[in-house]
Amino acid sequence: MKEVKKQGGLNAEIQSRIGHQLRAMYDDVVRQGVPDRFAELIRKLDGPEAAAAQIDDTAKTDGRD
Amino acid sequence: MPLTDSLRDDILASVPSLRAFAISLSGNGDRADDLVQETLLRAIANIDSFQPGSNLPAWLFTILRNLFRSDYRKRRREVEDAEGNYAKTLKTQPAQNAHLEFEEFRQALDKLPQDQREALILVGASGFSYEDAAAICGCAVGTIKSRVNRARSKLSALLYVDGAEDFGPDETVRAVIGGNGG
Repeated sequence: MKEVKKQGGLNAEIQSRIGHQLRAMYDDVVRQGVPDRFAELIRKLDGPEAAAAQIDDTAKTDGRD
Repeated sequence: MPLTDSLRDDILASVPSLRAFAISLSGNGDRADDLVQETLLRAIANIDSFQPGSNLPAWLFTILRNLFRSDYRKRRREVEDAEGNYAKTLKTQPAQNAHLEFEEFRQALDKLPQDQREALILVGASGFSYEDAAAICGCAVGTIKSRVNRARSKLSALLYVDGAEDFGPDETVRAVIGGNGG
């Protein structure tokens, strides 16, 4: 990576572009907010037991295929 | 702690960034939402082990990261699906040029080793401190710093150094200027 370091100013600019692209990609998803399925899921679950039961169900379904 | 309404709200508030993290890791929107769903179920199933007042997003990210890791070992990344499915998760398609640049970035990110990719995302996009990122990944702070640095170097090499012609004269012109053929 010596070549990259040699180009001091360019490197700083590249790093800022990378940071910008990374955040743009990430924030694009963040801005979609909370999909209904997750809001419903969290609202429906009474507590730890209900969640654990649903994990077991999922595991069983997965095991079948 | 018990699953209070305010804790439910806090968990829900973390969902958008959990999804962004999951998509960044897996490169696949459908897969990412399954990961988020399982993370939420496991978090609530184990809510008694969450320490009130500690960092809830970091706790949730740790669960998601570990799930992704264990799943990864089982069935490997579905790289061939990554591009198409990722694009589908975007509500607004970027303009053509921006979209191309975005796809290049996405592909370069996919080429990073998993350790480096997750470190870079946690610090550079999720906004966690090096300390929180280290706790999430279960490693030393120095390890996270070096992974982030290596990730940045590799991305810049993939995107901007190897592809230097993007900024300068094309191959033909350069061959003439350089006088040493192509």
